[in-house]
Amino acid sequence: MESSRKAANPLRQLVGWFTTPPVTGHWSYRFILYPLLQIIAFISVIALFLSAIAYLLAFLFPEPRPNILLLQQVNRQLPGMIISGISIGFVYAMIALGYTLVYGVLKFINFAHSEIFMVGGVIGFEVMRRIDDAGFIQTWNPVLLITTIVLAAMLSSGLLAVFIERVAYRPLRNAPRLIPLISAIGVSFFLTDFVRAAQALIRNDFNLTYPTNDLEWLRGAIPVAFGEVTVNVKPTSIIIVLGAVVTLVALNFFVNGTKLGRGIRAVSQDQATAGLMGINVNRMISLTFFVGGAFGGAAGTLFGMNVGTITPYVGFIPGVKAFTAAVLGGIGNVTGALLGGLTIGMLEAFLQGLLVYFPALGQRYTDIFVFLILILILIFRPSGLLGERVDEKV
Amino acid sequence: MTLREWLRQPTVAGVLIVAYLVVAIVAVLSLDRGNIIFPLLSTCAFPPLVLSPFVILASPLPGRLKLSLILLVIMIVMPVIGIYDGAYMELVTQICIFAGLALGLNVVVGFAGLLDLGYIAFFAVGAYLWSMFTSNVDTVFNINGWLVPGWTFYLFLLVGVVIAAGVGILLGLPVLRLRGDYLAIVTLGFGEMIRVLARNLDTPINFTNGSQGLSGVQRPPLVPGLSEGATFVTQTMNIRTDNIEPVAYQVLFYFIAIAILGLIILAARRLEDSPIGRAWTAIREDEVAAIAMGVPLVRLKLLAFASGAAFAGAIGVLYGAKQTFVSPESFSLIQSISILAMVIVGGMGGIRGVVLGAVVVTLLNLQVLKNFSLQINALKNIDYVVPIINFHISAWPSQLEPAKYERLVFGLLLVIMVIFRPAGLLPEPRRRMELLADKAEAQDEDADGKAKAEG
Repeated sequence: MESSRKAANPLRQLVGWFTTPPVTGHWSYRFILYPLLQIIAFISVIALFLSAIAYLLAFLFPEPRPNILLLQQVNRQLPGMIISGISIGFVYAMIALGYTLVYGVLKFINFAHSEIFMVGGVIGFEVMRRIDDAGFIQTWNPVLLITTIVLAAMLSSGLLAVFIERVAYRPLRNAPRLIPLISAIGVSFFLTDFVRAAQALIRNDFNLTYPTNDLEWLRGAIPVAFGEVTVNVKPTSIIIVLGAVVTLVALNFFVNGTKLGRGIRAVSQDQATAGLMGINVNRMISLTFFVGGAFGGAAGTLFGMNVGTITPYVGFIPGVKAFTAAVLGGIGNVTGALLGGLTIGMLEAFLQGLLVYFPALGQRYTDIFVFLILILILIFRPSGLLGERVDEKV
Repeated sequence: MTLREWLRQPTVAGVLIVAYLVVAIVAVLSLDRGNIIFPLLSTCAFPPLVLSPFVILASPLPGRLKLSLILLVIMIVMPVIGIYDGAYMELVTQICIFAGLALGLNVVVGFAGLLDLGYIAFFAVGAYLWSMFTSNVDTVFNINGWLVPGWTFYLFLLVGVVIAAGVGILLGLPVLRLRGDYLAIVTLGFGEMIRVLARNLDTPINFTNGSQGLSGVQRPPLVPGLSEGATFVTQTMNIRTDNIEPVAYQVLFYFIAIAILGLIILAARRLEDSPIGRAWTAIREDEVAAIAMGVPLVRLKLLAFASGAAFAGAIGVLYGAKQTFVSPESFSLIQSISILAMVIVGGMGGIRGVVLGAVVVTLLNLQVLKNFSLQINALKNIDYVVPIINFHISAWPSQLEPAKYERLVFGLLLVIMVIFRPAGLLPEPRRRMELLADKAEAQDEDADGKAKAEG
């Protein structure tokens, strides 16, 4: 009954089509065309929705400050806000994947994931700095350079995540639910200062500046014209978008198209039964941590390249935002993490662009808007946009 | 008679305890401050003295004797040593403050099983409450500075309790229906929000003076006789002091902190054994079963939140007056985590354990780490070379200063404790029984399984 009524609604059908990956069809459709379509659809829907709100605001408050016409400002800033929203949104989506994958298999919030993200950024910096010190940075092909850095960050963050799971979470798997969370908090705090100590030993400084300024093609900005408006796009934004799209398509293939991915999905559905079906549950959990950690690491180094500097304390805020994104999309749901990440990123870009014109609200509160969103979602729709209602097991 | 039995005899134990106290006191008093390794020596000498109440409690002496010995240490030995060296007084006062906070968090986490990661917010509420009214910065409550007389501090302790409990209920109301791990994240969010509010509420109306914080906060008036007492101690111990007033204030705050801590311990003990405490335990162990037994879940959870917050509010008022300065950065997430570390290290749910945890973690943070930094700097100044490995201390990286690595310590403590000693250093008796019961049950099940397999 329920499902037939849902199917009758064409909008629901469309949403359902875009949020549930197809299980049949040609491989090029399932693993390349569909995920790309999905990403484009998400971006357009969110951008349209937020632009509509921005114009609604402009209609309601035509002149929030003397001599400033909000409509004009919105027109001028819209393309820029959308572009920066997409790039930061992809970063959040990649971090959110780590939270959501681990939550899917263990029903556990990996509080240390923000630090895995940070470590990815630091490793990316180390590799880039080493290449720069060796004098190769100008001669290497840009694609090769970026790929090397990102892969190094992915590998080290992934291995770190596996190691953390083995040492700090696995011994507590049968403990009461809050105990592994406390352990994860401990790991998170330990890692920030551990990285700081390591950097203090290596270079007696822990504000790490990516040597992006040494590269001509990474330094400037590319002007892109949108009608009358010209937006300066940072090359790193393009790298983030390309890198994120490639890795997300690869992840979709991995989860939905390979035997190992099927193993992960089985374990997240029912650990005990998966074990009985001959799946090595522990190995699948390690694999999940590796994949989630690798995505966190990639996000970390892309984020670091974009911002330019990274410190051991940089992980917390993006971590909370990405966690909010995961909850917004429906924690445990991979597609939801993508949707949630893009939404939070775009929302942040819009808020940063437009809150300036409302001095009473103030830009100073942008830091906590994400907490507000998180609290509101958890109170009113804890299952998120795409998640299913899961009752606690008794 | 085995050695253990011999040691458990009251006379032997009494002599040993007294000897322990004497050695600890002499060790602290005999240190020469001119010594190049003074920071290291004081780090070794002071903890035994601070831990002596726990040693006395664990000894097989009769109850009354234990109590009088502990009172002796707390009311006489500590103040005298504190007057002898202000750093010790400061340290012990901080320990009392953190022990009170840890006991408050213990009500929420240990008794009721709700993980609160933003606990420091209630502490901030208390501290800002007193400071907003009495700092010499013009705030909305305090136009010309120090409108409220100093003695109202004692009234404000009560006001702090009420307001913080109110904030606790306000924050708890929307979120207490959430599941445990979500609750933790949301409380973390609330903690950060209170900090951001404190940082930004200087416009449009100045409540908190923003990120500059409130300085020149008023202190309660000195109790008559305190200065004279302190002067008497300095004279008999032959210590030169130019100005007795700061010393007297330190002693005053020490005694206020001890009094508040004593009240909190009493309150926590009464709560634990009351029907409310039993209901909290029921909620902690199994929510669904607790509901089935007719425990009003939301009301009791709110009560846990409010009582924990109330303790923190009173201590916050004390903290504001003691520091005479509050700023948003004193109330960050790391503080909440350090208090959580105290609860976990001591043992969730147990009062004695949590106080021990607070002592251990505060000592680590404020004495061990800090003194290591001082020690390294002192050795750097004389260009000391470590023998055998031939390491020049001057080559020690300036960024690798131990005092700045409290996160590393707290994090490591949390992980190690939950993995290797989940019940804490001094496990709460009931929890210890539960752990034993679990083990026995598991063995029973094993035996059953084997019997079935064989049968």
